[in-house]
Parts: sequence; C-alpha cells; structure tokens
Amino acid sequence: MAWMAWTWPTAAFFAVIASLLIVFTVLAVKFPETPRRGVLGIETTRGDRLFITLLGSAFLNLAWLGFEVAPQPYALLACLVYAAAVFRFV
Amino acid sequence: MNKTVNQKAWFLVLPVLVLVAFSAVIPLMTVVNYSVQDTFGNNVFFWNGIRWFEDMLASERMWNALGRQVVFSSIILAIEVPLGVFVALNMPKKGFWASFCLVLMSLPLLIPWNVVGTIWQIFGRVDIGLLGHTLDAIGIDYNYTQGFFAAWTTVIVMDVWHWTSLVALLAYAGLQSIPDAYYQAAKIDQASRWAVFRHIELPKMMGVLMIAILLRFMDSFMIYTEPFVVTGGGPGNATTFLSIDLVKMALGQFDLGPAAAFSLMYFLVILAVSWVFYTVMVNLDKREGR
Repeated sequence: MAWMAWTWPTAAFFAVIASLLIVFTVLAVKFPETPRRGVLGIETTRGDRLFITLLGSAFLNLAWLGFEVAPQPYALLACLVYAAAVFRFV
Repeated sequence: MNKTVNQKAWFLVLPVLVLVAFSAVIPLMTVVNYSVQDTFGNNVFFWNGIRWFEDMLASERMWNALGRQVVFSSIILAIEVPLGVFVALNMPKKGFWASFCLVLMSLPLLIPWNVVGTIWQIFGRVDIGLLGHTLDAIGIDYNYTQGFFAAWTTVIVMDVWHWTSLVALLAYAGLQSIPDAYYQAAKIDQASRWAVFRHIELPKMMGVLMIAILLRFMDSFMIYTEPFVVTGGGPGNATTFLSIDLVKMALGQFDLGPAAAFSLMYFLVILAVSWVFYTVMVNLDKREGR
C-alpha cells in the first residue's frame, strides 16, 4: 500500500465515507422507503440525499477555502447544517 | 398486482464493482492522497495539508483553463446538437439510402482521436494542407499555429466534424421510434412542419437528446488528444484546455500535489454536471412513463 502514499487524515476521510455508505446500505435494506419529492422537485431517496450532501459539501469546502471565509475546520460545521437541510427539505 | 422485491440481482454487479474499484476507485484514492502532500520523487511524500487546494483556487492559470473549457464545451454543444437534429430530420427513413447514410455518418466516430487530430493538423497546414492552402489562396489569413481565431476555429470545426454524427445518430434513433399515428394525426389537424417538429418530434426525442448532450458535454469537457495534436495548446495558451493544462502540470512539471488538487476539482465539476443531466434525464423518463 506504500505506493498509494496514505496519510492518516485521508485514511480517516475515506473511512468516514465508507462507513456512511455501509450505514445507508443497511438502512435501505432494513427500512425500505418510498422516494419523496422535495424542494428540488425531483424524487429522492435517502441515498440520493447522501450523494447530494457529500457532493455539495465538497463544493462548500472549496468555496470556504477559495473565499477565505473562516478557518477551514469551521466549514465542516457549515456542511453539517447543509446536510441537515438536505435531509429535511430535499 | 404486487411484485415481490428481490434485491439479490445486485450480486451480479459485483464483478464490475471489483473491476471499477481496481481501475478507478483506487487510483482516485491515490490522487486524493497526493493532493495533500508534496513529493520530490522516489515515492517520498511530505504532508502539506490543504495548501495545494488553496494555491489552485487562487491560481489564475486554472481559472483561465476552466474558462476556455466552458467556452469550448458551450460552443460545440450549441453547434452539434441543433446540427445533429437537423441532419437526422433530413436523413432518409428507409431503404438503401438510409443504410448508406447511417454508415457514412458513423465513419468519423470510428476514427481514433489522435488520427482525427493528425488529419486536421495536416488538412489545415498552409503549405501542404488542402484547407489551409485553399484559404490562403483566396486571401484569408489562416494559420492555426499563430492565430488565436484560426486555432479556435480549427479545434471547434474538428470536433463538430468528429462528433455531430453521434448526435445525429441518436436523434435519428429517437425519430424512428415515433409511431406513424402521430404524424397522421398532425396531418389531419393540418399542423405546419414547425408544429410537427415542436410538438411531436422534439418531445419524443428529448430522452435521447439528453443522452447526446450528456455524452458530448462529458467528452468535450475532458478533451485532450485532438487539440493537443493540432495546436499543442497554443498559440500561447489559447487552446490549453483543462486536461492539457493538467497533463502539463502533472507530467511536464511533475507537480503531483497541485495537479492532484486540480484534478479533484475537475472531477467534482464533471460529477456535479453529470448528476444534473442524469437527474433531468431520469425525471423526463418518469414523466413520459406516466
């Protein structure tokens, strides 16, 4: 694995993503759901909302960094708020 | 009638998943690892945090390349989609000429990217190329290695030549699937040619057109070989699109860290746009299914 040049932060990052995927797969199997229509006007399931959250968070982090809003760790707080909003309204 | 739900078919996807993990996911993870480190070769890395992302977001070079890329993709979509639809509308519907047209249309699609680049590189040369020589003979100042406008025109015309067929073939398939009854009804109502197109053909083609737009957007957004062969990104940086710039940075300068940060942002943009297209496509299908 040395050729992949692993670091602890990136390993943690992927571990979080992987565990999120596993949790959502288990959730989808244990508690099947019907898609619902939110503010975007498209049908979404939990998995879709997770995808929108992760992709949006990536852009949120980049914008946070690019516009130098505040120290980067605070971007994660903004992402949490964003995630809550996505899961509530989308 | 209620169908029973059985999700076991997902296991059939496993081999693909393994293959994609090997060819895409693991390399992508490595890129993520590179993007937070610096290296001077020998596979020795130093932690650099989010500095490369900071640098890249502030880099005029990246924003310029992104700007050129967006302009390029918009121009070729604006030309290829209407042109492809127009060609499809005018293709024979059946018989010998229909097959003949189909074969003719698919020829450019079969030519490898670098060969297309080479063809146009020579075609456009003022000394030995037919196009370049002719333009020069009728007094048009055309030189794609020096002129900004000539370089862009060449790259765009080349892409239109290479890929309009794809749009045309998809649109043609969409047109073929429209039942005759629709046209008969339109005839009874004395609908104009435009009305037939606007209210029958276009809505029925929407699904395949979205696929065509998605494919053309992704391909053009990742274009590398053709402009690289023809103009090499020049004159100056005039046709240095995102992937050309990325390769220069990663392989030419061996700046793995910045290039990794760059390519992750590139990837995110493509992912976001593809998701939007995909969502629109799926929702169109659902609306039609109702």
